[in-house]
Amino acid sequence: MATVELSFTALPAHVRTARLVATAVARRSGVDESLLDEVRLAVGEACSRAVEGHQLFCPAEPVRLALTDLAGRFQVEVTDTCSPDARWRGGAGGPVGTGITGSVPAGLGIAVIESLADDVQINETSAGTSIRMSWPSAGATS
Amino acid sequence: MDLKLDHHTKDGIEIVDVEGEIDVYTAPRLRELLIELVNSRFYQLVVNMEKVEFLDSTGLGVLVGGLKRVRAHDGSLDLVCTQERILKIFRITGLTKVFGIHDTVDDAIAARRAEK
Repeated sequence: MATVELSFTALPAHVRTARLVATAVARRSGVDESLLDEVRLAVGEACSRAVEGHQLFCPAEPVRLALTDLAGRFQVEVTDTCSPDARWRGGAGGPVGTGITGSVPAGLGIAVIESLADDVQINETSAGTSIRMSWPSAGATS
Repeated sequence: MDLKLDHHTKDGIEIVDVEGEIDVYTAPRLRELLIELVNSRFYQLVVNMEKVEFLDSTGLGVLVGGLKRVRAHDGSLDLVCTQERILKIFRITGLTKVFGIHDTVDDAIAARRAEK
């Protein structure tokens, strides 16, 4: 079971909240201060990507964020429920020129995530896509 | 914090001061400002990011979009940034080769003048 689970309406305004929660739980889980910026950015990228996908294809469905304090690892999983037909590898957006801001090359967000977390798994199923990433942690602080 | 935007002209170059977080929520406002400036025929831009606390790929997309727009008018878009955590995303994405990134606004202006 995740340490903290968050489910939020697919609105850009909530991505900041997701980042703040993830960073706070990461700190509480003993992730080194020097890695917190990476956690914050990677979670933001994954949530932005999910929100843009939901806004285009399934705006009524929530985006899910699970934060888990494992033994020696802090794990984050961001799950979207975009249909397989809508599957993409957007970079905080879909193909160039689409999405909320446009001009973001496809896959840039994923590329950023992969460079920030040393363990990234992207699982695409008929139900949607989940991005699981983790960082070393020292365990929860009291 | 949210995003604060301001701009002023210095030595014939439009300086855009950005403060706060540039993400999927706030980036559209920066994009609108850059479009507005280009539509007002400001083609030499310097975006001062010294007070930016967070930048993601959405924000990068807006900056790249701004660069494309000014270059269509033979203009320029330089950045001012010394914060390591912001510079890191430019390095990760290889955009340090695309943007001129300077330590101060005066350095950015001087570099632009030197290229003319």
